[in-house]
Amino acid sequence: MLQANMQLDAKGLACPMPVVKTKKAMTDLAEGQVLEVLATDKGSKADLAAWASSVGHQYIGTVEDEDILYHYIRKGNNEPEVEKAFEQTVALKDLDTRGGMILDVREAAEYAFGHINEAKSIPMGELESRLEELDKNEEIYVICRTGKRSDLAAQLLAKNGFTKVFNVLPGMNEWNGILTKEI
Amino acid sequence: MTVSKWTAAKIARKVIDKKELFILDVRNADAFADWKIEGHKFDYLNIPYFELLDGVEGILPQLPEDKEILVVCAKEGSSVMVAEMLSEAGREVAYLEGGMKSWSSYLEPIKAADLENGGELYQFVRLGKGCLSYMVISEGEAAIFDAVRFTDVFINFAKEKGAKIKHVFDTHLHADHISGGRHIAAETGAFYYLPEEDAAEAVFDYTPLTNNLNVKIGASQINVSALYSPGHTIGSTSFMIDNKFLLTGDILFIDSIGRPDLAGLAEDWVGDLRDTLYSRYRELAEDLVVLPAHFMIIDELNEDGTIARRLGDLYKENHGLNIEDEAEFRRTVTDQLPPQPNAYEQIRQVNMGKLNPDHGEQTEMEIGPNRCAVR
Repeated sequence: MLQANMQLDAKGLACPMPVVKTKKAMTDLAEGQVLEVLATDKGSKADLAAWASSVGHQYIGTVEDEDILYHYIRKGNNEPEVEKAFEQTVALKDLDTRGGMILDVREAAEYAFGHINEAKSIPMGELESRLEELDKNEEIYVICRTGKRSDLAAQLLAKNGFTKVFNVLPGMNEWNGILTKEI
Repeated sequence: MTVSKWTAAKIARKVIDKKELFILDVRNADAFADWKIEGHKFDYLNIPYFELLDGVEGILPQLPEDKEILVVCAKEGSSVMVAEMLSEAGREVAYLEGGMKSWSSYLEPIKAADLENGGELYQFVRLGKGCLSYMVISEGEAAIFDAVRFTDVFINFAKEKGAKIKHVFDTHLHADHISGGRHIAAETGAFYYLPEEDAAEAVFDYTPLTNNLNVKIGASQINVSALYSPGHTIGSTSFMIDNKFLLTGDILFIDSIGRPDLAGLAEDWVGDLRDTLYSRYRELAEDLVVLPAHFMIIDELNEDGTIARRLGDLYKENHGLNIEDEAEFRRTVTDQLPPQPNAYEQIRQVNMGKLNPDHGEQTEMEIGPNRCAVR
């Protein structure tokens, strides 16, 4: 349904199997990648969300369509928090006073479950190959969930000759404004 | 070690007989906090099954050696998995067949009283949800009150007793559980009664329940009379049986009183509730035995598992009957309400015949605790 790195079909399976299979499938994903789980067990939604948070994965959300639940989970990062390296930053709360464009570098599924209306989506992993979509003369405000991916994205843009780049801190996890959804 | 499978009926017996039991509940923390199997002497440990996928060794020290251990989950699957893991670790445990879903639907029929000329009054206790239904049997005829949706239980029970179901009553339009009343009536050819004031939007045929309606059950004429007692809903009606028992529906419970807000009209109905509890019921004989349509906590169960109390005793002990100040009463039943029951608006639609969910959807709607009362 939404873009994901891997799909797991757990349709027709009863609890505990959707979580058991998801746990196993997550071991094949790289950190930051998104798994799409198809399930028909209604209880899988609450259980996957609770399980994901208990083991450090990010439960992105669930879409329900014709009795099938599509769950999206992003593999967590257990590494310690690293210092943000990109120096040009702007506070999230000041974002609406700025012009330019907002670049959302989270995964497509995360973007679909809620983003700032005018933000453009280019997932971090695709950024290097899609630079021509961006305008070097425009101010670019890079945002992700916490500020970590956007830090790396801002560095990547700077390395490629973009000068008017700002990392937005913190990220979407503290955004209280209107969310636009694609689901 | 072996893993044994327990039925909801077996656990119901342990609740009623006040036996000890250690419950390892492997559902989500939220689900457990919302609703669990209640017992006087039950102990609990809640660890979600998904935290045990890598092994149960970590929780072994928390499981008692000297008590029976029951593993419980929502539908059964996870409890079987955890029970088998515990068994492999050398512990003897059981799991609940059908999980909380089966617990929520189990009814324990208990004889509440003998009536005139060999008549009998049964209380059907739905321990998992707190719903109480009733059946009066007299000389081959039966009347049912506030039947829950498991119609087979009532129909088969009457059959076993050799009684034909003649009258089916709902004290009001229920908001916390799906009524089985009109389905039982349709299947058995009985009359189905519902208060007209509650049934304005109902899309099926019924017999209007009016104040002072009198129905006789069996040749010995066990008397059932209706008493208009609004407040929980505008149509709420009580029943006097054999001049000894008072079926209060969701108006008066053992340790609490009805809430007036489930149809969205708390402000309008609070005066009716006050009148019913402080005037209409006051005029009745104190020796009447109150049989409510719900219980809230397990402590309300009598020694034999029934939920019943003398009206006079309730006027002494029930806090909701002892709020002298009218303004304070109003605040109590409008401002300090507990959360509303799961899916209560949908359940009302189902009971009006406007929604026809399948069996699985009905189960989902009824999940969770009963919340029809104000303490």
